[in-house]
Amino acid sequence: MPFFARPPDLATQPKPTVLINARLIDPDSGRDEPGGVLIEDGRILDLGTQFRRNAPSGYEVIDCQGHVLAPGLIDMQVFTGEPGAEHRETLHTASRAAAAGGVTTMIVMPDTKPVIDQVALVDFTLRRARDNAIVHIHPMAAMTMGLAGDEMTEIGLLKRAGAIAFSNGKHSVMNTRVMHQVLQYSRDFDALIAHFAEDANLAGAGSMNAGELATRLGLSGVPKEAETIILDRDLRLVQLTGARYHAPTLSCAESVTAIQRARAAGLKVTCGVSINHLALNENDVVPYRTFYKVRPPLRGEDDRAAMVRAVQNGDIDVIVSSHDPQDADTKRRPFAEAADGAVGLETMLSAAVRLHLNGDADLKVLLRAMTSGPADLLGLEGGRLLKGAVADLVVFDPQAPWVVNREDLSSRSKNSPFDEHKMQGRVLRTLVAGHTVYSYARTNDLNP
Amino acid sequence: MTDFLTDGEHAFSDCHLLTCEKLTAPQINSLLDAADMAAELSRRGEPHTPYLAGKTLINLFFEASTRTQSSFELAAKRLGGDVLNMNVSTSSVQKGETLIDTAMTLNAMRPDIIVVRHHAAGAVQLLSEKVDCSVVNAGDGAHQHPTQALLDALTIRREKGRVGGLTVAICGDIKHSRVARSNIDVLNALGANVRIIAPSTLMPSAPDRLGVTAFTDMWEGVKDADVVMMLRLQVERMGGTFVPSQREYFHVFGLDHDKLSHAKPDALIMHPGPMNRGVEIASTVADHPRSVIQEQVEMGVAIRMAVLASVARAPKSGDGALKNTPRY
Repeated sequence: MPFFARPPDLATQPKPTVLINARLIDPDSGRDEPGGVLIEDGRILDLGTQFRRNAPSGYEVIDCQGHVLAPGLIDMQVFTGEPGAEHRETLHTASRAAAAGGVTTMIVMPDTKPVIDQVALVDFTLRRARDNAIVHIHPMAAMTMGLAGDEMTEIGLLKRAGAIAFSNGKHSVMNTRVMHQVLQYSRDFDALIAHFAEDANLAGAGSMNAGELATRLGLSGVPKEAETIILDRDLRLVQLTGARYHAPTLSCAESVTAIQRARAAGLKVTCGVSINHLALNENDVVPYRTFYKVRPPLRGEDDRAAMVRAVQNGDIDVIVSSHDPQDADTKRRPFAEAADGAVGLETMLSAAVRLHLNGDADLKVLLRAMTSGPADLLGLEGGRLLKGAVADLVVFDPQAPWVVNREDLSSRSKNSPFDEHKMQGRVLRTLVAGHTVYSYARTNDLNP
Repeated sequence: MTDFLTDGEHAFSDCHLLTCEKLTAPQINSLLDAADMAAELSRRGEPHTPYLAGKTLINLFFEASTRTQSSFELAAKRLGGDVLNMNVSTSSVQKGETLIDTAMTLNAMRPDIIVVRHHAAGAVQLLSEKVDCSVVNAGDGAHQHPTQALLDALTIRREKGRVGGLTVAICGDIKHSRVARSNIDVLNALGANVRIIAPSTLMPSAPDRLGVTAFTDMWEGVKDADVVMMLRLQVERMGGTFVPSQREYFHVFGLDHDKLSHAKPDALIMHPGPMNRGVEIASTVADHPRSVIQEQVEMGVAIRMAVLASVARAPKSGDGALKNTPRY
């Protein structure tokens, strides 16, 4: 049985700890060498090859047995059910799933009931996270009231209350004037606008990628242009306003090209992709498998491969799990009527490692998009192995094979598209601010 | 009594009929042969072998359909089966019961066959995974309507003596049509040349990948066709979103004598019904001597007899235990 820390432990001072005999990977600096990390007061006191074999006295010793020690992952897009749909996921259960997946910081989305569009709700989320979660949690606040796309939220006050960025959740702002105002106003507070791009009218009732498969299955399709049209519009508005803009979950090569062009023109734009769009494609949907119904929809193999290349080239800054818990009531339905979304906190790292082992991308590049990439974008500490940095760490064995069994997932919802998939790469231990919050084995011996 | 089902190594022998996508020519022909004989027996007024004696069929129609439902009911009754029609509009489905719950409730009543029509593509397959009895798809969204395609093939075969090598032009709302998808599968399996004709707004994406030739010009599309198959245009699609008006649609895509004159002189005129006279088909063309629309209805009963008899005798996959722990 794996071990999970209980939330109040985080408030106590962690024991001085040394992790020895590790393969240190710091994706930002490119460091990849044998060594260890010394932790005191929840921070990295020192690190390097000197701790490969030697543990200074007075420290609790964790032998990493040659496995990878990397900065804990930062997941920039996590949907939970708190408040409003706690039967699907709470901040507590999501944080356990995160810890089991090596994620030490998660950004939770404002798509809750009620929507996180008020200062009091940001405060609520932060307090609930403090009392119940075992990893760091920062909320993204809504950029429009109720995510309706009509009225701007109090971006200044929300940011001061702790909103790390602003999003319209799973909905695009279709009113160009409102979007213009939000981008203009957000610039005054240097707020990051992370806007999901999908033309609601063009996407219509579409439930999968438009094309041959959708036609054969008799399902209404969502064309790629639903994404690129809104993305192109937004990029023009960014040019007009100079706002900080992030496209959180792109799905096709044309969108990456649009981002490249905007960057070449000097715009402050970044983009992300969900692990689902790197690991899966539209063929997985056949026949009507609702666990593969996500938004944007899974595209064809050409686009999947293009997204992986774009991560490898550095055109994509961030990989997210887009963790979206759904239960039987919302998933066990005819495909067009089933909810979008897939849980992913626990499988993101393994799915990324599998891409690496397939030779599709470098491990360091993949890790960067899940550590220092989002840290820089969000202005978070963490995401790096540096002296003085917060000791948010993950130890994983990139070779360990395992098979996903959704019943074993820590998430309260079991809608994993990777169910029964063969994975490689297992998280062995997760530390948040120096505390072990998850351990695959109960002892300091990392091999179960 | 004459048996119309025959045994053949390659004959259709599945316990469900959910889709035409994987049907082979021998499987299709075995069903057409059986239905052909069943139709002749019915015409002669001879009694049928009671293939469904002691068996129960449930008609579960989430979308209203008078003709398909009655056709299945009549087919089952001619074979000695008991039929229960679920009136969905007054059932618990309206109270928010999910499809799966409905399926499991019906399953617990232990019917032998459930015939399902549902407005969502894939719904019938989903239901079939949760029950122990045979399931026949009577139409799922824009996906499939297998018995319609089979009855169309039978009608063509009876009139023309063959299906292979014929040019069949399917015209109308291809995008939303399960009839078109099923017909494309069946006609291709039997070796016909299939054309589809529609305005671009009613054409599905990637039509070139379906093994058909696509036309947006109807005069061109029906040229030298052996069969012109018209599809119903739903009223809600006429209001300016897919086509601007009924008037324009009829002018450009309605089957009138002028367009028909471009097809072969002995071309068959088909329509799955119910027809919108004056929208997709001119009234006089619908009643044309070469129109086989009434025969399609007759063959519908015959095909459904063949399908029901066939699935009823197929071995079931289940072990008899009720499936009360569904995966999702």
